[in-house]
Amino acid sequence: MTVWLVLIAAGLITFGIRFALIFLFGRVAIPPLVQRALRYVPPAVLSAMIVPELLLRDGVAAVTPDNPRLLAGLVAIAVAATSKNTLLTILAGMATLALIIQL
Amino acid sequence: MTDRTTARQAEPDPTHAAPPTLPGRSIPVSGVAVPGRAAAFRAGLRAELPLLIGVAPFGLIYGALAMDAGLGRAASQLMSSIVFAGSAQFVAADLFADGAPALVILLTVAVVNLRHLLYSASMAPYLAHLPLRWKIGLSYLLTDEAYAPSILELERRGMTATSHWFVLGAGLGLWTTWQTSTALGIWLGAAIPASWPLDFALPITFIGMVVPTLVTAPLVAAAASAGVVATLAHGLPFKLGLVLAAVSGIAAGTMADRASGGKAEGAPA
Repeated sequence: MTVWLVLIAAGLITFGIRFALIFLFGRVAIPPLVQRALRYVPPAVLSAMIVPELLLRDGVAAVTPDNPRLLAGLVAIAVAATSKNTLLTILAGMATLALIIQL
Repeated sequence: MTDRTTARQAEPDPTHAAPPTLPGRSIPVSGVAVPGRAAAFRAGLRAELPLLIGVAPFGLIYGALAMDAGLGRAASQLMSSIVFAGSAQFVAADLFADGAPALVILLTVAVVNLRHLLYSASMAPYLAHLPLRWKIGLSYLLTDEAYAPSILELERRGMTATSHWFVLGAGLGLWTTWQTSTALGIWLGAAIPASWPLDFALPITFIGMVVPTLVTAPLVAAAASAGVVATLAHGLPFKLGLVLAAVSGIAAGTMADRASGGKAEGAPA
């Protein structure tokens, strides 16, 4: 019983966090500085999810050439920057990682 | 993908001189040909596909872990649709297993999901014109993996009459995969060998999505700063390192933007 109550409350909290600002937008005035700052949310959040995956190994910094994920990530970044093609980037990154692990 | 490009080339953009904005909003309305609802939905689903490779094993592991935590089949499965937030579900299952008090579990879930406040803020201008039921539905589906392709599509194409169908396609693709992989994890356990680096599909896909958008110095500053802080703050509990990193990246980008006198103002093409 308690488990279900906690689950429903957790669901409502999660939904509330996601819904809050979508609901409030247009109902409250957004300062220009905040509007400008919002443009930097996607690159900031996504990079924050990417970089530790490349630089850390089991939670420890591994900025060395024998870190397969760092190498595969660098290949993917190079492919993404030149080709601007998401699918090609994924293939290049995963293939590089598979190759290094196999070797 | 192809039909979109040809449409863009074939139809001269009549709004090229001065992109119109919707009243009370600074988001330019897209002047290019608008895909139909079904096409937009499929495009969203397609953009989500590579992320599902990384999400599915995560769902399997969650299902198996929730069973180990003693939640039982029904609660393990329904947590995936009631809460629908990967990391928070892992932590909650863990806390349930430890017999943590309800208040602790709820506070933890709130803190772990705090970053979604940023997603909500950055999606809000694009969804402002939608009816409430759409706002509710898309908010429920607003996860890390659905946010990434959605916001980048919205920034790339601006507002169109069918943008929300793209967001719905990405969100429902993820939702379905999450429910299915949870079920498989509950019934079969985590069946994927740990040596398969499928989790790497997530950061790699994010790279493919975000790197091409880094076209101004402030955008690069935001990405670099967030990446460095996220790595340094990785040890913080409850994904707080991610929140700290995002905030510092946003601050760095905004400051670089102001320093350049707003010259980076124009939305990247």
